[in-house]
Amino acid sequence: MSGGVDSSVAAALLAEAGHDVVGATLKLWGGASDSGCCSVADVDDARRVAEQLGLDHHVFNFTDAFEASVVTPYVSDHVAGRTPNPCIECNRAIKFGLLLDRSARLGFDALATGHHARIVGNDGGGEPRLRRGADKHKDQSYVLSMLSARELARVVLPVGELTKVEVRARATRLGLRTADKPDSQDVCFIHSARGRRGFLEQRVPLHRAEVVDAASGEVVGTVPAGELVTVGQRRGLGVAADGHRRYALTVDVRARRITVGSAADALARRVPVERAGWVVSALRGGERAYAQTSAHGTAAPCTWEGDAVVFDEPQPLVAPGQTVALYDGADPDAVLGAAVATAVA
Amino acid sequence: MQAYLDHGATTPLRPESLAAMLPYLTEHFGNPSGSHRVARRARLAIDEARDDMARCLGCRPGEIVFTSGGTEADNLAVLGVPASGRGTVLCSAVEHHAVRNACAARGGTTVAVHRDGVVDLDALAGALGPEVGLVSVMLVNNEVGTVQPLADVAALVRALCPGALVHTDAVAAVGWLDVAADAAVADLVSVSAHKFGGPKGVGALVVRDGARLAPVLFGGTQERGRRPGTHDVAGIVGMAAALRVATDARPLTAGRVARQRARLADGLVASIGDVRETVGEPGGAARGAPADHGGAKAASSCHLLVAGVDQEELLVLLDDEGVCASAGSACASGALEPSHVLLAMGLNPDQAKTGIRFSLGYTTTDDEIDHVLAVMPKVVERLRA
Repeated sequence: MSGGVDSSVAAALLAEAGHDVVGATLKLWGGASDSGCCSVADVDDARRVAEQLGLDHHVFNFTDAFEASVVTPYVSDHVAGRTPNPCIECNRAIKFGLLLDRSARLGFDALATGHHARIVGNDGGGEPRLRRGADKHKDQSYVLSMLSARELARVVLPVGELTKVEVRARATRLGLRTADKPDSQDVCFIHSARGRRGFLEQRVPLHRAEVVDAASGEVVGTVPAGELVTVGQRRGLGVAADGHRRYALTVDVRARRITVGSAADALARRVPVERAGWVVSALRGGERAYAQTSAHGTAAPCTWEGDAVVFDEPQPLVAPGQTVALYDGADPDAVLGAAVATAVA
Repeated sequence: MQAYLDHGATTPLRPESLAAMLPYLTEHFGNPSGSHRVARRARLAIDEARDDMARCLGCRPGEIVFTSGGTEADNLAVLGVPASGRGTVLCSAVEHHAVRNACAARGGTTVAVHRDGVVDLDALAGALGPEVGLVSVMLVNNEVGTVQPLADVAALVRALCPGALVHTDAVAAVGWLDVAADAAVADLVSVSAHKFGGPKGVGALVVRDGARLAPVLFGGTQERGRRPGTHDVAGIVGMAAALRVATDARPLTAGRVARQRARLADGLVASIGDVRETVGEPGGAARGAPADHGGAKAASSCHLLVAGVDQEELLVLLDDEGVCASAGSACASGALEPSHVLLAMGLNPDQAKTGIRFSLGYTTTDDEIDHVLAVMPKVVERLRA
């Protein structure tokens, strides 16, 4: 229970259904935070909702593990010029890792969260599968795409069948204090006032980088911190002589060099990937799929090639470090697995 | 069955304390700072409470300063030392946050402790200098129960740093040690009512005559200007009543609880593998022993290290079994923080996460001990599986 409306309603639905439910809120971050699941006000909301529903509520301190499994890799990814997905790492290592293990040790049959996605087939027969949530605009299957059937078998996603509007309506009907709470948007450990830059520069030195035109090889400008540039980014890279905007094509933090090109240059069909993981079984090379490359992006048809995804049509460049979620070519709501984009060799 | 073994967090209100308070929450509502008959009735209650507190704590009535609790008493002691001249404050590394964070707020330093939590007197001697204005070492550690060699601390301060004040946080000691005797060497002594059967939100600081302390709150002239604000009459009366009972009953209670504590600790160590007492070994000297040597342990404290078990998980399962215990201290969100006490004692963070505190009190029954002895082995076995 993060203190948001989705997990509040998830708890309420399970309690209504007669399950023996206990609320847990994770303390993940000790530093400044103004969003997500780490602020005291959010914990207060979670506890008050649990109290209202008549549930016991615990706060678990996973700050050390969060630091090691989420924050440290987040920083080192940026240092290496990659663009990480910390929410996915948190889901993998903390929520559906440590917390799922803990829930089993404490004698619980399942762990429920407020994610908008659906799990089918975890009622005992066969392997469970992950599907997109009923609300296509709020679907969060992307951030769960790295879960395997082994984890999904012990996970319940009660709000996955509801739209966000229905979730809020349910919360309002129950009189839950979180009914009108805005959705959390940003990375929970990044303070909105200081931003990504403010966070990173407290931990590592940031380096100026030169901006090089990919076609001409000319240096056309500089950026104050190469670590903060994402492949595919447009903002902050200036305008070419012909009046067109520039896009980041590659980020080489160590060489202090960003190469840029036109909008057309910032499209590609082939996205090299590594660390593929599968819900049940691996795609075979040449099989058709849909790939989604950001949490709120749309999936595009592609072919799986084992070490790369090849889109049918050119797509915006995918920054190294980003998760590529793979959906069934014949059943686009069904998650097959996920891989992580790497730099173009 | 419920077993409340978290008296270190707070204690049930003693009936004598409740009975003493009720008239001051109803008919005797006066403000003791006034001059008329209603005010004088309340004033009388404060005066009598002050006399009682002074008798129990071994000081003169005028040396008692009523506060809103242990935290305020500690803050007044640490922050009240004048910043000019001898402005540096020292405290042991295992002090309660009320002392530790107040020291930190004025740039103070901490003094290391030994593995059993006893303050390192050599390190203290090394830290004492002419700039030191206050040394704060608690009488009994609230987490692990270590009794500090306060007499040795005071002797060292008097010898090496004669102008400095000695403060002791005696919050965890009342009811277990003879605070009047054991804290007699200190210039400043903090106590908190709800740790000995009184109400929450009231405490006191003993400020010995001659100890110069500046106020940290500003307002009226209550408590001779040392602590302004209208007295919590009922709370003060309730605290004094609880302290009278706790002091009178101490020899009997401490003896009974020491036996219960030993049975609990020995039983758990014997029935569960890889469990040890954090301070002192079973059969050792640390058995509610008198406070005249370091390394002794208060009768109330049963702090254990349960290898291979996470304290957060242990507390959840014990709670399910009706056992109320605790571990470390909670942050604002309610999550457990790694114990600075255990880290200061040389445990690594992973070991510190295996610590659990059962703290016994005046209401502890043999049935409660039996219940913990019965459920703890299966709970630990489940978490280690």
